[in-house]
Amino acid sequence: MRVGFLHSIIRKEEKLLLDEFRSRTDVQVETIDDREQVFNLHKNKYRLDVVIERCVNHSRAIHAIKIFEDFGIPTVNTYQVAEICGSKFLTTQAIIKAGIRTPRCYLAFTPESALAAMQELGYPCVIKPNTGSWGRLLSKVNDRDAAEAILEHKEILGSYHHSIFYIQEYMEKHGRDIRSFVVGDHCICAIYRQAEHWITNTARGGKATNCPVTDELHDISVRAARAVGGGVVAIDVFETPEGLSINEVNYTMEFRNSIDTTGVNIPAKVVDYVLEVGRR
Amino acid sequence: MAECPICGGEIKLAEDAEKGEIITCSDCGSEMEVTGKDSVQEAPQEEEDWGE
Repeated sequence: MRVGFLHSIIRKEEKLLLDEFRSRTDVQVETIDDREQVFNLHKNKYRLDVVIERCVNHSRAIHAIKIFEDFGIPTVNTYQVAEICGSKFLTTQAIIKAGIRTPRCYLAFTPESALAAMQELGYPCVIKPNTGSWGRLLSKVNDRDAAEAILEHKEILGSYHHSIFYIQEYMEKHGRDIRSFVVGDHCICAIYRQAEHWITNTARGGKATNCPVTDELHDISVRAARAVGGGVVAIDVFETPEGLSINEVNYTMEFRNSIDTTGVNIPAKVVDYVLEVGRR
Repeated sequence: MAECPICGGEIKLAEDAEKGEIITCSDCGSEMEVTGKDSVQEAPQEEEDWGE
């Protein structure tokens, strides 16, 4: 089988996945550096059975995936999944539509309407960029004064992306949240991300420990994955008094801190899934 | 042996180093991207749409 490995820089995750692909018999891996590609949209020069997307840039990922899909080459993840997960708004919409618990969320287009939304939601609340990762540019807004300052900064200093105000209920995490990993129809493992700071991303220093995959966690994780289109995704989950609640879904998941922690060979599970997609 | 473009230190690349791989210079701690068998360049800076 010919596997296209779409990437930009090679991080620990890409290295682990490449090693895993190369350990399999009858698999030829072709690395595709997105920085070197010239896509002739009229002609498919790629002779591949499947492409796994591992770009670090979201914008490059969705364009490249769309091209491969339109050439008839299956991709992991699909364009639909990348497009939805690349937008916190689209992800929230998909989760709400699927009837899955998620923090209350508002969208507004002007600083004035964003203030009104925050007033309705109550303080503290969280403003997030619609596209973004690793806990970047998240703002916990404790009161109206802070809200006015942040909104003014966003309006004047931000690019047009920052003029869509995605505002989420602040969830008291008591120092941790859950990151679960879904491959196909299975939640293969999960970690707790612990931090004293309200942002618990491991990219921002959150500490990973194993989180048992309960029936509830398995169920909500797989439902959330299906809601965005399925595939290989990592899901951020809050523990609330009412039960688990879905925060975000990530489509180019990072897992370097979760293999030893969970004892699950995540790259092997991902590679199995990619090869399965390639054989369909 | 590659040379760190920041500090000039010597960087020994692993046998299985991948083109595009991000490594750290042991002398100055700067992040490098492997560009060839014996060459590195400064790793690209994080952009707004980088992430998972």
